[in-house]
Amino acid sequence: MAAYSAEVFVVLKPLVNDPEGLVIRDALRTIGFNEVRAVRSGKYLTIELDADDQDEAEERLTEMCDKLLANPVIEEYRFTVHGVAVKA
Amino acid sequence: MASFGIVVFPGTWSDRDCYFAVHDRLRQEARFIWHKERDLSGLDCVILPGGFSYGDYLRSGAIARMSPVMEEVSEFAERGGYVIGICNGFQVLCESHLLPGALMRNSSLEFRCQQQWLRVETSDTAFTSETAKGRLLRLPVSHGEGNYYADPDTLADLESGNRVVFRYATADGDISDEANPNGSLHNIAGIVNETGNVLGMMPHPERASESLLGSDDGLAIFQSIIKNSERVVAHG
Repeated sequence: MAAYSAEVFVVLKPLVNDPEGLVIRDALRTIGFNEVRAVRSGKYLTIELDADDQDEAEERLTEMCDKLLANPVIEEYRFTVHGVAVKA
Repeated sequence: MASFGIVVFPGTWSDRDCYFAVHDRLRQEARFIWHKERDLSGLDCVILPGGFSYGDYLRSGAIARMSPVMEEVSEFAERGGYVIGICNGFQVLCESHLLPGALMRNSSLEFRCQQQWLRVETSDTAFTSETAKGRLLRLPVSHGEGNYYADPDTLADLESGNRVVFRYATADGDISDEANPNGSLHNIAGIVNETGNVLGMMPHPERASESLLGSDDGLAIFQSIIKNSERVVAHG
């Protein structure tokens, strides 16, 4: 077993309306950031986990996303994971 | 006589109102079921009430779905038992895949707490048999995430299968954007599953259970369940 650290991003699918993102976009324009074309909002999670190797860590994270962290009806996800040294 | 089980998650807040509607107003058997319990024996109908189960953490209904009781509710539904999810209960049913689609943040980004007209789209369900197609019901809504979404294929299935049970309407019965409190596709306020024994709806029939509360239109939904439960027993 080794220690891994993951960053998970969950966002609404491109075709799903994101009213929160629209309001943030409008607010940015209101305060002068007229160059903003689009904003999508989402969730960011960090997960510390143990796994035998990188492949297993990725496999388990995929399961976590499919089963709980994202709702496949409206959301999609991506993550990065890397090994970390654990302090003794 | 029908027997109702009212599921209580941490953060559920409409459980007592549901109990009042079915027990005090309609004189039926009712008991509370803590989310860690698994015993649904003797029940005709499980109610998943409104509230903020688990504080709506992650997504509304997402954590409640993992509760021990939900495994039993899924099996209960598979056996044909009646399940009604109201507000947060509707969200839990979608997260549990007992109903298709998802309930997203209201398009206004505002929590909506108001009286609402609903048009009954079909009386051909166990939940609306004591109403009539086209009848208007006045029920309160109280939610921040009631914006029904489903992909186009799922929506088409719901419509062609006559599974949209309630739509948000104007006082005249028109289905319009103006009548829609949350941005739901097709003004959908309530749907049933394919076998017709699981209903999810955002408005609160239990909070419209006597005229003192402004409306008793919600009773017809519970009366339908009671009627149909008795029918099942009679045939069983």
